[in-house]
Amino acid sequence: MPAWNIIQAVNDALKIEMRRDPRVVVLGEDVGKFGGVFRATVGLIEEFGADRVIDTPLAEAGIIGAAIGMAMYGLRPVPEIQFSDFIFPAFDQIVNELAKLRYRSGGQYSAPVVIRTPVGGGIKGGHYHSQSPEALFIHTPGLQVVCPSNPYDAKGLLLSALRQDDPVIFMEPKRVYRAARGDVPEGDYTVPIGKASVARAGNGMTVLAWGAMFHEAEKAVAEFDAELIDLRTLWPLDIETIVQSVQKTGRCAIVQEAPRTGGFAAEIAALVQERCFPHLQAPIARITGWDVPFPYTLENDYLPLAPRISQKLRELADYEV
Amino acid sequence: MQPAQKIDKPPIPRETLLRLYREMVRLRTLDERMMTLQRQGRVGFYGAATGQEAATLASAIALEPSDWIFPALREGGAMLLRGFPLVPYLCQIFGNSGDETKGRQMPSHMASKSVNQVSWSSCIGTQLPQAVGAAMAARIKGDRTVIAAYLGDGATSEGDFHVAMNFAGVFKAPVVFICQNNHWAISVPTAKQTASESIAIKAQAYGFSGVKVDGNDAVAVYLAVKEAVDKARTGGGPSLIECETYRIGAHSSSDDPTRYRDEKEVEEWKKRDPLDLFRGRLQSWGMWRATDEDALRARVLEEVNAAIAEAEKKPDPARESLFDDVYAVMPWTLREQREEMLAAPAVPRPDAKNIAG
Repeated sequence: MPAWNIIQAVNDALKIEMRRDPRVVVLGEDVGKFGGVFRATVGLIEEFGADRVIDTPLAEAGIIGAAIGMAMYGLRPVPEIQFSDFIFPAFDQIVNELAKLRYRSGGQYSAPVVIRTPVGGGIKGGHYHSQSPEALFIHTPGLQVVCPSNPYDAKGLLLSALRQDDPVIFMEPKRVYRAARGDVPEGDYTVPIGKASVARAGNGMTVLAWGAMFHEAEKAVAEFDAELIDLRTLWPLDIETIVQSVQKTGRCAIVQEAPRTGGFAAEIAALVQERCFPHLQAPIARITGWDVPFPYTLENDYLPLAPRISQKLRELADYEV
Repeated sequence: MQPAQKIDKPPIPRETLLRLYREMVRLRTLDERMMTLQRQGRVGFYGAATGQEAATLASAIALEPSDWIFPALREGGAMLLRGFPLVPYLCQIFGNSGDETKGRQMPSHMASKSVNQVSWSSCIGTQLPQAVGAAMAARIKGDRTVIAAYLGDGATSEGDFHVAMNFAGVFKAPVVFICQNNHWAISVPTAKQTASESIAIKAQAYGFSGVKVDGNDAVAVYLAVKEAVDKARTGGGPSLIECETYRIGAHSSSDDPTRYRDEKEVEEWKKRDPLDLFRGRLQSWGMWRATDEDALRARVLEEVNAAIAEAEKKPDPARESLFDDVYAVMPWTLREQREEMLAAPAVPRPDAKNIAG
């Protein structure tokens, strides 16, 4: 098995599915000849041609709007939004159109669009190349949100996303795009949407993380008797795996790169306390980005990196009612 | 305002002309009845096409049944022209269980895959990039399909309009943009939407042709749209057609146009009623007599009233259907919430007249 990074895994998944399913088309800014600014679509236009690998004008609302129309017409478009910070010109198309199309048409139309977009900071990208907007999409009925942390899951989840009938926001953690390497089987396999992975077993606490911050959490839990869960799919959330773990450990921490208030960690905390209240031995801890625009110089102060996670996990472990 | 241009011989097959006229009369009748029902509190909201029947229906009839329509607010009637039955159409307006779209949207947001007319949102202009995407897909798949993308004059101010026009031009997509310039976007006149000399001229900036036609002249609309559709179908790329027409009624049942426009302007446009203009042409070609008109009006009114009676008695959608079709497969969150809702006390929906919009 080759040891690949996430970009190679994504690229491989796209190639596999485009060979298998002629309905799959890729579109976006710089995805064709250039192969994408992160190189995730490299080689596709050479193999599949300009009809299926489409360099579009620079307009995110157009990319997503066109993808919706293509999907309604029977294609399986995979638009790339170059950075998730640039997704907001398409926010109306995603929230008001893509997410509601099946519902508002009484199930007559669906839009199986998989929006690939690099998320997160830690790459010296400042306000506009660093954000983590997952909560906005989780809050929108009709969308699914996926965020793998490693190449194996990236390939398997992308192949799953391309083979089901509802829209997916496929968030790729760009801080670990190349750093997170791992064995990836050649050929076809899938990782199911909606299933978390228990990355490390433990009994003293449950730590939930995803995407780039999963790797920070992994470093931090080394000194604790902690069960570490990689959510992989953010929505629909694998609540069963989480509840099973927290009922066992009685303590729960959630690591989230996005700003704290109204973030996904808050929703997870609500779900956990509804289901695990008698088991909880400490308040649920949120270790998150701060409620500030993503900074340029001070990004390591913003991010919930391993040292800050460790400090909070120590408090969580020591907490007594 | 100019009278419609004289045409000595019918340039369109007789059967098409007569079918179009019958549909225009049916739509006028339906709109009148719906506005009455709305005032009686039996319908929550309605957006009539009164005065715009030529732009709506003469454009739609120029399409083939396999072509797709991405409509805006006033093109629901095109579905009827394309063979969609009146009763389920009315059930959409009543929002009841006879509605194919399951009572999910406000009235005048009807759609049916059976006639290739897609579901639209109230967010102005969003259907336009989607229409271009569908057209790109048709070309990628090698189909002959042409996509008709409808919009109003107000929509030309939206970013999505420019995005769609640009994509259409760049990809030479088989799409025809049909703008119903009815002079008013709720209360804002076209002169405050754009400083361009016309809407049609905007197409030049995107590298394709735009034409302005008398939108109250059914024959002119048909010929312009037909030419654009034929061009798109044979690889000639997109077109923009501006149908200059007039919204005789209010924007919707929730609007009061006397607060912002001069009734004299409305009276002037009523003299150019698209039904009168079209009937005049049919009469001049010897295709229509006064007795035909009386018979048609009576038959259509009877048909509409019978359909209303049948549609109105259907029950509301089942409560639990609230959670269907959010996803293809219902996730655990929605299963849980459905149980929670069903266990909670039911509150009947308010009288239709209380629905906002």
